[in-house]
Amino acid sequence: MAEGSQYNFAYLDEQTKRMIRRALLKAVAIPGYQVPFASREMPMPYGWGTGGVQVTAAILTPDDTLKVIDQGADDTTNAVSIRAFFARTAGVATTTHTEAATVIQTRHRIPEAPLTDGQILVYQVPIPEPLRFLEPRETETRTMHALSEYGLMHVKLYEDIARHGEITTTYAYPVRVAERYVMDPSPIPKFDNPKMDNMAALQLFGAGREQRIYAIPPHTPVKSLDFEDHPFTVQAFAGKVCALCGATDTFLDEVVMDDKGGRMFTCSDTHHCEQRQQAAERAA
Amino acid sequence: MSETPLLSVSDLTKHYGQRIGCDAVSFALWSGEVLAVVGESGSGKSTLLSCLWGDLTPTRGTVHYSGADGVVRDMGGLSEAERRVIQRTEWGFVRQNAAEGLRMGVSAGGNVGERLMAVGARHYGAIRQSAAEWLTRVEIDPARMDEAPSAFSGGMRQRLQIARNLVTEPRLMFMDEPTSGLDVSVQARLLDLLRSLTRDLGLAVIIVTHDLGVARLLSDRIMVMCAGRVIETGLTDQVLDDPSEPYTQLLVASVLEVAG
Repeated sequence: MAEGSQYNFAYLDEQTKRMIRRALLKAVAIPGYQVPFASREMPMPYGWGTGGVQVTAAILTPDDTLKVIDQGADDTTNAVSIRAFFARTAGVATTTHTEAATVIQTRHRIPEAPLTDGQILVYQVPIPEPLRFLEPRETETRTMHALSEYGLMHVKLYEDIARHGEITTTYAYPVRVAERYVMDPSPIPKFDNPKMDNMAALQLFGAGREQRIYAIPPHTPVKSLDFEDHPFTVQAFAGKVCALCGATDTFLDEVVMDDKGGRMFTCSDTHHCEQRQQAAERAA
Repeated sequence: MSETPLLSVSDLTKHYGQRIGCDAVSFALWSGEVLAVVGESGSGKSTLLSCLWGDLTPTRGTVHYSGADGVVRDMGGLSEAERRVIQRTEWGFVRQNAAEGLRMGVSAGGNVGERLMAVGARHYGAIRQSAAEWLTRVEIDPARMDEAPSAFSGGMRQRLQIARNLVTEPRLMFMDEPTSGLDVSVQARLLDLLRSLTRDLGLAVIIVTHDLGVARLLSDRIMVMCAGRVIETGLTDQVLDDPSEPYTQLLVASVLEVAG
C-alpha cells in the first residue's frame, strides 16, 4: 500500500467515480440503453479495458474481492496487470476463484460457473453500438434505438444466411434486453449469450474510448436475435474434449502445439478447468 | 375513387430564410392516382417532395394522410415514431440516386427484405421468397438476389429500389426523378414497368420530374411549378397539349422533339 497510497482509493478521484456511478444507475434503470459518460484517460492504452477499469474503479469497495479474466484466463497479460493495478491502488483482495469474487472484470468471456446474487460482472467493451457497421451515423442509430427500429439488425443476420447458409456471427452476437433495447454483448463468443439471460449477477458494460456505459440488471431476460427458421444456436465443438480436464460442455480454445499440425483443445476458462482437474485428482 | 382524398395538402410553404422553397402549395391526391410535379431546376419540386415525405419541416401548411385504417392523420402532428411507421409500411420513396435509397453493401435480397424485417417478419424462408417474387416483378433475375447492388447496372438499381419499396405493398409512392441519369432505352423500360405496376397495384404516386415525356407517359394529373409556386394544374394531356400559362407553354415548347 506504500506506493498505492499516493492515489485516491481505486485510482480515480471521488468526483469522477460519482459521475460514473450516476451513469451506472441510469444504465441499470434502462436495461441495455447506452448511457454516455465522461470517460477519463487511464494509465493504459484504449483497447486494454479502459472502460471496464473505470466501471470497476467506480463500484469497488475496500471489502470487495476482485477477479479479472481475459479470454477466460486469469493469467494473461491484461488480466494480470489490471488485477495488479487494483491490488495496488485500492488494496482490495484479489482472487482467481469465480465463486469467491464479488466483482469480476472480464474481457471476451463469461465464467463457466454460474454467477450468483451479489456478484457483479464488468465487461470491457470495444464497440458498444450493435448497429455501428450497418449504420455508421450515430445520430441515426440513436434514433433507431429510441424508436426500436431494429429491422436492420436482422438484415445483417439475413446476409449471413444468404451468404453462408447459416448465421455466421459468432461473437458480439446481438441480443435484445428486456424486450426493448438491442445490445452488443461485447465480443464474448455467442456460446456465452445464453448465460446472460436471467443471470443472477449484475452485468455492467464499460466502453472507454466510446464513452458509453450500459447494464443488465439481475434476472433480466436477454434474448439472442434470430429467425424462426434459423434459430439461435451456440458453437458446437464437434465432440472435442478439453485435453486437461476432459470437459465437453465448456468453451474450448484451440492451441497449436507444433508446426506439424499438432493441436490441443483446452477450456478457455482456466479457473473452471483447474477446479475440474483438482476434483478429478481428489476422486482418484 | 373514395370520398376522402388519400393525401390532402393545404398551403404548404417552405422558406429557407428569405428564399422561398415552395409557396402555398395545395392539392389533393386520390388513391390510385399518379400526379406529376414538373418544373425546371430550382422550381421547388424537390423541396415540396421532402416536405410531403417529412424530411423537411414546412414553414407553414398541413399535410393530411388518410391511412389504410381509414384514420385521417395530420402528418405534421405525428410523432417521429408514428411517421416512420407510415413511411415504411404505407409509403415508399424512390430516390433519384439509387445509392441513396439502397444499402449498397447489402445483397439485393436483403435490400428488398429489409422493410419486411423492419415490420417484424422473422421467417427467413418467407422473407426470401417474397424478395424473390418482387425481384421477378421488377424484372430482376432472382438468381442474382445474393449479389450486392454495386454489381447492378443503373437501371437495375433503380428497379431494385422500386422492389424494395413495394414489398410492404404501400399505398403511396414518392418518386424523385426516378429515370434521370438512365439512358433512353433503359428509361423506356423503367417507365413501362412503373406504369404497369401502378395500374396493377392501384398505387398512388407523386412523381417529381423535369422530363415532360415521363409526366405524359405516367401521370393522370400534372402540376407545373415555377419559382416555388404552382402555376398550372390539370389533367396531364390537357396541360401538355394546351398549356394556358406562358411558362408552361415555354416548358412544353422547349422539349426536344425527335422527328417521327
